[in-house]
Amino acid sequence: MIIGRKLTSIIRLSLSYIVLIALAIAAIYPALWILLASFRPGKSLYSKTLIPEHFTLAHYKELFTSPVYMFGTWYANTLKIAVFSMLIGVVLTLLTSYALSRFRFKTRKTTMSVLLILGMFPGFMSMIAIYLLLNQFDLLDTHMALIIVYAAGAPLGGTLIAKGFLDTIPRSLDEAARIDGASNFGIFVRIILPLSRPMITYMALTQFVGPWVDFIFAKLILRTKENWTVAVGMWDMVNTMQNSNFTLFAAGAVLISVPIMILFGFLQRLLVDGLTAGASKG
Amino acid sequence: MQRHRSRAAILSTIFMGLGQIYNRQFIKGLIFLAVEAGALVYFIANLGRAFWGITSLGDSPSHLVKVKGITKMVAGDHSIVILIQSLITLMFFVLFLIAWYMNIRDAHKTGEERDNGRPSNTFKQSVRYILDYKFAQSFLLIPGLGILFFTIMPIIFMIMLAFTNFAAPDHIPPAKLVDWVGFQTFRNLLVLKSWSHTFYGVLTWTIVWAVLSTVTTYFGGMLVALLINQKGIRFKGLWRMILILPYAIPQMISLLLMRNLFNGQFGPINQYLGYFGLGKLPWLTDPFWAKFTVIIVNMWVGIPVSMLLIMGVLTTIPRDMYEAAEVDGATNYQKFRIVTLPMILFSTAPTLIMQFAGNINNFNAIYLLTQGNPVNGNYQYAGSTDLLVTWLYKLTADQNKNNMASAIGIILFIIVAGFSLYNYRRTKSFQEEDMIQ
Repeated sequence: MIIGRKLTSIIRLSLSYIVLIALAIAAIYPALWILLASFRPGKSLYSKTLIPEHFTLAHYKELFTSPVYMFGTWYANTLKIAVFSMLIGVVLTLLTSYALSRFRFKTRKTTMSVLLILGMFPGFMSMIAIYLLLNQFDLLDTHMALIIVYAAGAPLGGTLIAKGFLDTIPRSLDEAARIDGASNFGIFVRIILPLSRPMITYMALTQFVGPWVDFIFAKLILRTKENWTVAVGMWDMVNTMQNSNFTLFAAGAVLISVPIMILFGFLQRLLVDGLTAGASKG
Repeated sequence: MQRHRSRAAILSTIFMGLGQIYNRQFIKGLIFLAVEAGALVYFIANLGRAFWGITSLGDSPSHLVKVKGITKMVAGDHSIVILIQSLITLMFFVLFLIAWYMNIRDAHKTGEERDNGRPSNTFKQSVRYILDYKFAQSFLLIPGLGILFFTIMPIIFMIMLAFTNFAAPDHIPPAKLVDWVGFQTFRNLLVLKSWSHTFYGVLTWTIVWAVLSTVTTYFGGMLVALLINQKGIRFKGLWRMILILPYAIPQMISLLLMRNLFNGQFGPINQYLGYFGLGKLPWLTDPFWAKFTVIIVNMWVGIPVSMLLIMGVLTTIPRDMYEAAEVDGATNYQKFRIVTLPMILFSTAPTLIMQFAGNINNFNAIYLLTQGNPVNGNYQYAGSTDLLVTWLYKLTADQNKNNMASAIGIILFIIVAGFSLYNYRRTKSFQEEDMIQ
């Protein structure tokens, strides 16, 4: 009986390990493949072996030196846009979610429903209108335009999740501070902000990643090549050359992914907390 | 004893701020006066044109004029620019009307205080009052303005477009004018054979896609979470870290990467199939296989998030529930079915439904991978894997059928918004939030 149970447990565990290993390979393989491809000499997508016969840094060098790809400029552009839209977007989202979580006013529930509905609106449907609007204010082809639009969109996506998180911070803390004479703003800065670090991390990261991957809207707004972001550049690269210069694309992909992956790695703990606390409260 | 309140209200109605000054709130009054003065200057210049623009959409297209024997092209009205300008002016006008109404109400209220023998607030007191009691509303003002101009205005604009004939080849400004056509576009979309066939076909695939992609990632994520959480599995943290990896790669990169990985001619997947003596598969070029591939790739992208979520839920299930089940002699499978599964489903149901709604609009997963291809000859400008979102994007970006795209957008929006609103209003966070703490 006991031996039988041990046996089933061993079988169960080894089966689980086999599945886990298979999944791990599936998760790692694409990333590994593109990393190795970026070091491969030549241009083609096809390669006989996964690990290249020689390693070369030529593709990385080309990205930064070739007159056709202004990768360095694009990189700096994207970083600038990402940082500013992250800062403004997070502040706006926090303001909205704090107001909705802590104050009771007449149109509160309507505001929440409206936020939810507006968040469901397919974003690029509004592209034509925003394009014309920016044109009216002479903001086309500027980074300012992208920062404003990304930041203004942030409360739509993040508010309800952030509000779910803020709801979990006990009200009694606010009340204690209020008795000690803190104003609404003081409570926000001294109590709510420090306690919502996981949430802020989560929001900041999603907001930061946005400009690195949005190619549709950025492509529409940024007309001159010097102003492009990396996402526009990469999309252009893939679309104009099809697969004729795959290794160069691979190098670019690695350069975009690595910083973001490092951020994820460092912030993993906080991220998981923010994601689960906000979401499981639904 | 109603002298002050009615006098103040009437004065404020005549000109913003007068009532406040009458109530001896000079700073507030001057601010209101300045607002009205600015508004008057702006509206006198623009409001008439806005009403004209929004009803007529312009009346002279670009045309040739003979000046001293030389024919010259004269720029006409650009209907779409006129439409957006009118819309912006009208929105400012609505904001102004709201401010005007609030100014009257404020004057009336202060007058009432004075009628009751109390002095009116000083400016300092007014500011304090706003910060203490109207804090939430004033906090919401800034994000609210952003949302108004970058989300609500575009939505109104798009809804209006659906009722015009703004489409290639006959109605593209500035060469031609655009007109209001009522429900014609919707009628074409739903009844005209060539359009309706595409619409219903794409709609069906959109729903199939949303169901399949949500179910596969959700249960895939649950399976992985349970696998890692089993008793006896070692290095749990390591497994989790490895399996989270796809989540950390920016989606645009991972999808473009997958497109190359599944490349039919040179991609490594087909290359490996060749090693096993199997033929190449048309992963992205055959209608059936393309659908299969997008689902698989979406699993790769989506499972890590579900896994994280469900692992979070698993830690919150109380141990004594399992112990009680063990006392009753439950097997592992029964413990899963009676304790684990209901607990997970209960706390993640809202997320699950939101994911479903999100997948209906999952533009990136389709567009970056297949661009909606392979092309379907029976469809109007759509391919076999096109969702409604990607189809309407192609209609605007490539075909200039803007009115049709707007009509599709409205229908899509109604489906998704109705669905998620119904769901959200039933959740804890919305209904009984004060009970949670």
